[in-house]
Amino acid sequence: MASSSPVVRLENVEKWFGRTSALAGVNLAVRSGEFLIFLGRNGSGKSTLLRVVARIVKPNCGTVEVCGIDVLRHPEAGRERLGFVAHSSFLYRNLTATENLRFFAALYHLESPADRIREALRWVGLEGSAHRQVQGFSRGMQQRLSIARATLHDPEVLLLDEPFSGLDLEAAELLGAWLEGFVARGKTVLMATHDLEQGLKGARRWAFVERGRIAEEVTTGSDVEARERYKRFLKERRRDVL
Amino acid sequence: MSALATITFTAMLASLYLVFLYAPTETTMGEVQRIFYFHVSSAWTSFLAIFVVFIYSVRFLATRNRDLDTKALSAAEVGAVFSTMVLVSGPLWAKPVWGIWWTWDARLTSAFVLWLIYLGYLTLRRLVESPEQRARLCAVFGVLGAVDAPIVYMSTRWFRTQHPQPVIAGGEGSGLDPQMRLVLYLTFLAFVLLFFYLWRLRCDLERTQEAVESLERQAQLREAS
Amino acid sequence: MTFFRQAGAIFWKDILVEFRTKDALTSMLLFGLLVILMFHFAFEPDSLETERYGPGLLWMTFVFAGILGMNRAFAAERENDSLQALKLAPISWGAIFLGKMLANLLFMLLAETAMLACFALFFNFDLLPRLGWMSAITLLGTLGFASVGTILAAVSMNTRMSDVMLPILLLPIALPVVVGAVESTAAIFTDPPGEALGFWVKFLVVFNIIFVTLPLLLFEFILEE
Repeated sequence: MASSSPVVRLENVEKWFGRTSALAGVNLAVRSGEFLIFLGRNGSGKSTLLRVVARIVKPNCGTVEVCGIDVLRHPEAGRERLGFVAHSSFLYRNLTATENLRFFAALYHLESPADRIREALRWVGLEGSAHRQVQGFSRGMQQRLSIARATLHDPEVLLLDEPFSGLDLEAAELLGAWLEGFVARGKTVLMATHDLEQGLKGARRWAFVERGRIAEEVTTGSDVEARERYKRFLKERRRDVL
Repeated sequence: MSALATITFTAMLASLYLVFLYAPTETTMGEVQRIFYFHVSSAWTSFLAIFVVFIYSVRFLATRNRDLDTKALSAAEVGAVFSTMVLVSGPLWAKPVWGIWWTWDARLTSAFVLWLIYLGYLTLRRLVESPEQRARLCAVFGVLGAVDAPIVYMSTRWFRTQHPQPVIAGGEGSGLDPQMRLVLYLTFLAFVLLFFYLWRLRCDLERTQEAVESLERQAQLREAS
Repeated sequence: MTFFRQAGAIFWKDILVEFRTKDALTSMLLFGLLVILMFHFAFEPDSLETERYGPGLLWMTFVFAGILGMNRAFAAERENDSLQALKLAPISWGAIFLGKMLANLLFMLLAETAMLACFALFFNFDLLPRLGWMSAITLLGTLGFASVGTILAAVSMNTRMSDVMLPILLLPIALPVVVGAVESTAAIFTDPPGEALGFWVKFLVVFNIIFVTLPLLLFEFILEE
């Protein structure tokens, strides 16, 4: 499942906003089929990192490649292979689930969109609500529809930015199970979260982000061990600050 | 830089002499008319400034070189000052001579709109949080505003033909005494030099500020490691 | 070709969303009617004055209502952060501009048609024999306004006081379009339609060419982060 050439590659990526440095030299190589989780405090740079990969944030310097494509020079080609799920759903509240997906299918110029839409709704368990307006959806349902939106075009890489925030336990477990299924199909997942309780399952690689850099990585062991390592990591950092 | 300062100072002194001592007194308007040289020179300079803003805004969007944004911003600020001078000197001249504070003739109207464009640019500058975005948005507005300014002027001129307006200084190229014309051009030259001098000053100020920001950033990073 | 198809998708989505909420249309229409009402009380024009001031009042009404509509242009995107989703899609960002601009244009035209009918009714404008020209002028004027309004709405959306910022930026830039539209409208009411009509219509066309192309090229710079 894992091939030799990285499916996502960052080299010396830096990004600053005026006085604040968001990314201070990130080097990363993610292979196909990996499930990588970025852990870090608020403001550590994990969101910016994901958005640089998706090329909605332009780095001040460095190289970003997705599936071998230089995203900085060919942003549209890169975006075709990416799906992005964030805290906000990106959905139009006054449109139905189907209408939302139909719109995004048109944006991603999909062939036979009707079939893909039906398939996607079935996959996230929302066929029953296909013709309901999104404003009537619970948070969990919105998140599920957001995932359907993000995977409609069958991307190679799925980027998730704090997807578990605001979800109740049941919805979170559903999301976690779904993610595992997604990875099992050979896709790559990069997820940023600061929630230790949920969603660490299924990952095999954890990167601790601090002040715009990947400070530490864990590639062996279970998610429980990764959790412990991260708690230790935070404690050490807190000591430095004090 | 000090060479530019010296030349500018000399030119301004020379123009003061020309305007107040060399230029003949206008027959109907009297001494007040001498404002005209500063008024028109400011107006032409403010139009030159928006053109400079245009050039550097386009170049910034093409290359993302922050220094080009600095140049555009500085030109806009200095241009705004000259633009304000036009709007202040206009009424100062009009009131004693014609008894009215303002008239909507083509040139004053387009000077007013240009002033509004400068104000829009500077307000936009203040209200955007992120510095990168600020530079980009202002560059976009700078391009739109600079292309618009001459079109505004043309439309107000043609508007005038339908609705006759009182015209200050008798319209374009209305027989200006050759001595007066010389003084006008030389004063304009002095003002252009003044523009470049102030522009350079402002650019240097902005660059210093960015250097400070860069140092702060580096200090932040050193703290982290 | 895909560019236009993408713009079309965004156009239809905006139409669909508006059809569900009817936010922009109702607010524009109501506001326009209120403005017309206020004009009646403020000016109480007799029939001669109506002919003179009518075109100006009409287009001022369109402009005020239009600003309201433009402010709503990106409101839906702001609510759900869906602009992010558009940025993430593999589409040219210029297509986003085109789709939104055409949707705004359609909404404005719909509201303006209703406002025009009310205007003709309340002020006894003899509109019917001139309907063809009136429609053409309304289309040309609104196109320019919608184009500049859409890009400046995107710019203002990034500021702290976005609702206030839009008119500050928009009105100076859109001024020539308003001048052209008012002059053309006035021209069709003279008997026979003045030769000024041909001139101002050409002016509007040229303005539209410049100010539809420019925003299309500049739009992507606004969406970047």
